[in-house]
Amino acid sequence: MIPAVVVFAYLAVVLYIGIFAFRKSRRSSNAEDYFLAGRSLGPAVFLLSLFGANMTAFSILGASGHAFANGIVTFGLMASSSALIIPLCFFVIGTRLWALGKRHGFMTPVQMFRDRWECAHIGTLIFAVQAVLLIPYIIIAVMGGGTTLRTVSGGLIPFWIGGAVVSLVVMGYVFFGGMRGTAWVNTFQTVLFLMFGAIAVTVIGAGMGGFRSAMETIMASPSAPLLTRERISPLYFFSYTFIPLSSIAFPHIGIFCLTARKLGHFKKTIILYPLCMLAIWLPSVFLGVVANQASSVPAIGAKLEARAQLATPASTLTPADRDRLRAQAGGDDVILRLVEGYAPLWLASLLGAAVMAAVMASDSQILALSTMFTEDVFAFYGGKKRFGQAMQVKTGRMFIVLFTMVAYVIALRMPQSIFDLATQYAFAGYSALAPLLVAALFWKGSTKWGAFASTLWTAAAVLGVATLQSVVPPPPPGVAVTILSFGGMDVITRVTTGTLVLGLLPVVPMTIISALLMIVVSSLTPGSRPGAGTLSKYFSGESHR
Amino acid sequence: MKRTVAILLIITAYLLHQDIWFWRTARPLVFGFLPIGLFYHVAYVVGLSLLFWLLVTYLWPSHLDE
Repeated sequence: MIPAVVVFAYLAVVLYIGIFAFRKSRRSSNAEDYFLAGRSLGPAVFLLSLFGANMTAFSILGASGHAFANGIVTFGLMASSSALIIPLCFFVIGTRLWALGKRHGFMTPVQMFRDRWECAHIGTLIFAVQAVLLIPYIIIAVMGGGTTLRTVSGGLIPFWIGGAVVSLVVMGYVFFGGMRGTAWVNTFQTVLFLMFGAIAVTVIGAGMGGFRSAMETIMASPSAPLLTRERISPLYFFSYTFIPLSSIAFPHIGIFCLTARKLGHFKKTIILYPLCMLAIWLPSVFLGVVANQASSVPAIGAKLEARAQLATPASTLTPADRDRLRAQAGGDDVILRLVEGYAPLWLASLLGAAVMAAVMASDSQILALSTMFTEDVFAFYGGKKRFGQAMQVKTGRMFIVLFTMVAYVIALRMPQSIFDLATQYAFAGYSALAPLLVAALFWKGSTKWGAFASTLWTAAAVLGVATLQSVVPPPPPGVAVTILSFGGMDVITRVTTGTLVLGLLPVVPMTIISALLMIVVSSLTPGSRPGAGTLSKYFSGESHR
Repeated sequence: MKRTVAILLIITAYLLHQDIWFWRTARPLVFGFLPIGLFYHVAYVVGLSLLFWLLVTYLWPSHLDE
């Protein structure tokens, strides 16, 4: 119970930070101050809060859970590819977004899209698609919160209460502190969970009697493939490099790019981002793999046993048995179980709080949705003019409350693993929206019709994948169910972890087709290009275009 | 020229991520516990930080600040 008390103390601290930020802002009713912290973040807070905004339950719980089941490949799939793509996107796209925001007063990417293509409806459509795609991301945090509190309290706090507590705390400090509170809390959380990795590896390593013997034992066991990538294809590995494109297209990251006080603040963020990725992902992945050798921890032993049963021939298990075993073998809480099994109580308590820090990174997504709702819907359709800025900020706060409640209710009904949910819905959808940003910022010839086609395609593709996966149940591991074939070649297949298109994750065709639609449809509608005045805002004085 | 070199470096970095050379082997275990495939990606990430230092130092879009 002590770890749960420490976690509750931690929750109280972050709530206080939000209230402190509220006082610091002197209860300003200025929308830019509430939603963008007055574009005033310094270099350290900008780096740590931007990094923290990208790290969610997915980074610690999802990554270690994935590594528990799939091995070291998890690091290459998500961490090292993100360490390349995300800072590169900040360098190329983020800096430009910042400059446009500063120059023209944009507070959301949607405002920029509306202005760039001289079309109000495209903004409304993008807002709707982004909002729907962000929901799974926020659900991850609620699930992670529920899982963490249930685990650190030894099962005393049920999942639904844990999720509710985390939702309420996040809602509280976002409600009061706005972007300033969110950035400060994110900074505090990032420092905490960056330290988590080193401490967890040291303590668990010592508890297990050193990692050398654990690794040698895994190598000599049937789990040896976890230390290589032989279970996946290079094509599948390649697919994952498309996922980090989602980062810059996520509205909360786009909005975060607008909060830096100076352009120069991006420099440290870009250089240090890969090292921050290393600090958080390497311990998560490594400990996830090592957990396969921790069968002496009862909860992990039960997971390994469930996995072994799942590997038995399909005919001996009913679909209900299979679902039960799959849930039992899930590794989303494996890092917490390791801490529980090997760390002393006081340290387990601190580590529980650090995990909670990563889990709660949904704050910036909730704030971003609120910013978008108030700026792109409320203010855009006349609310600001009619009711004033104070009402705009109040509306944003009401939106935060309502949205968090909806996300919580959905989280209670979603049994799917954190990792799959994040990858196949939110991440893939946002990756497919990335061509919109690139076209808006770098291609004069892009038009609103190209943007419409690209956005509608993204919505349809995400809906298609979601429908397919709900209609066709996941087959047993190692089995692929052909959904569509052409000329003897499998085009769409359903596998345990999701859906594949020509052996690739759906994110690849989704992103490529989105880009192609932007190019083709824009080229077919040259008459819809914005006027010279608008284009000069985006492309003036740049000879390379 | 600088831009071309930067693009080539980024393409090289992308290709280096698709390492098929340590695909099926865990040995050697670096430091006695880190499978070589994982160690490669750790070193790769450190190298990326250096790449971004070069980009920020030599290709910073300072015109955006004007």
